Amino acid sequence: MNIKLNGSDYITSAVTISELLTELNIQADRVAVEKNLSIVKRTDIDKTTLENGDTIEIVMFVGGG
Amino acid sequence: MEDKLIIRGIEFKSRLWVGTGKYKDFEETARAIDASGADVVTVAVRRVNITDRNSPNLLDYIDPKKHKILPNTAGCYSVEDALRYSRLAREAGVSDLVKLEVIGDERTLFPDVIGLLKATEILAKEGFVVFPYTNDDPIMARRLEDAGAAAVMPLGAPIGSGLGIRNPYNIKIILEFAKVPVIVDAGVGTASDATVAMELGCDAVLINTAIAGAQDPISMAEAMKYATLAGRLAYRAGRIGKKLYATASSPYDGMLT
Repeated sequence: MNIKLNGSDYITSAVTISELLTELNIQADRVAVEKNLSIVKRTDIDKTTLENGDTIEIVMFVGGG
Repeated sequence: MEDKLIIRGIEFKSRLWVGTGKYKDFEETARAIDASGADVVTVAVRRVNITDRNSPNLLDYIDPKKHKILPNTAGCYSVEDALRYSRLAREAGVSDLVKLEVIGDERTLFPDVIGLLKATEILAKEGFVVFPYTNDDPIMARRLEDAGAAAVMPLGAPIGSGLGIRNPYNIKIILEFAKVPVIVDAGVGTASDATVAMELGCDAVLINTAIAGAQDPISMAEAMKYATLAGRLAYRAGRIGKKLYATASSPYDGMLT
């Protein structure tokens, strides 16, 4: 399915947010995920499914002041 | 003598808070934090790099069990963006702490205090422990406090400018007005600036560029540790008044006639 991931087109076979993070090799406890502008709680990543055309943002902490 | 900094029931081990931006690499960041003795470290919230998945992660170098991670909303120019970043930061992290920035202008990075006040009010209601980055304006500091800020963070000078504490008198008035802690954020250029902030009576000082941009960031981090401590001790000790004329330190009694 086609999604918009962090601003770029992305093709994934993941069905849930949790699977997407695994596919991307991202540790869930170090990021926050937004699906179509709503935050997906860490406890909900297993049950939150992806739909074609979803806009997903995955953010983390980087150096900053 | 015990001199703990406690904000909203959270105990802070150091009055020097440090940023993690502008370092050469994460190793240098970690060494500088270590040398500074800071327990609060600020971080920014940004997109995960999807194309380079093996890039190192800041949290591999800063242990969130040892340090208090204080996410900022740097780069946010609207209330909506600042709220979005704050909520994402809370989800990505482990606490409700946020260093709230609503920036009004790219060249000065001065805060948009009207947006800042709105965002502070909303986030405080959502249970965030809000540390707003604000101007050295005593009235705005009071308004932020009324809006639910856990502390106020007036700038000493523009972010990254290294100009020092440009208006110590305003900082002094903020301190007299404030019922919440006051933490100088931005403007420190070298160790003496941190001391000045602490001598005024500030509760803490947040430094990034002055350390990361120094020729030897690790040594500067250590210098800032002592500078902050020295300023705090001097503040608590109570300095002498300033006089125009001399007062001799040695007695006249017993001088040869």
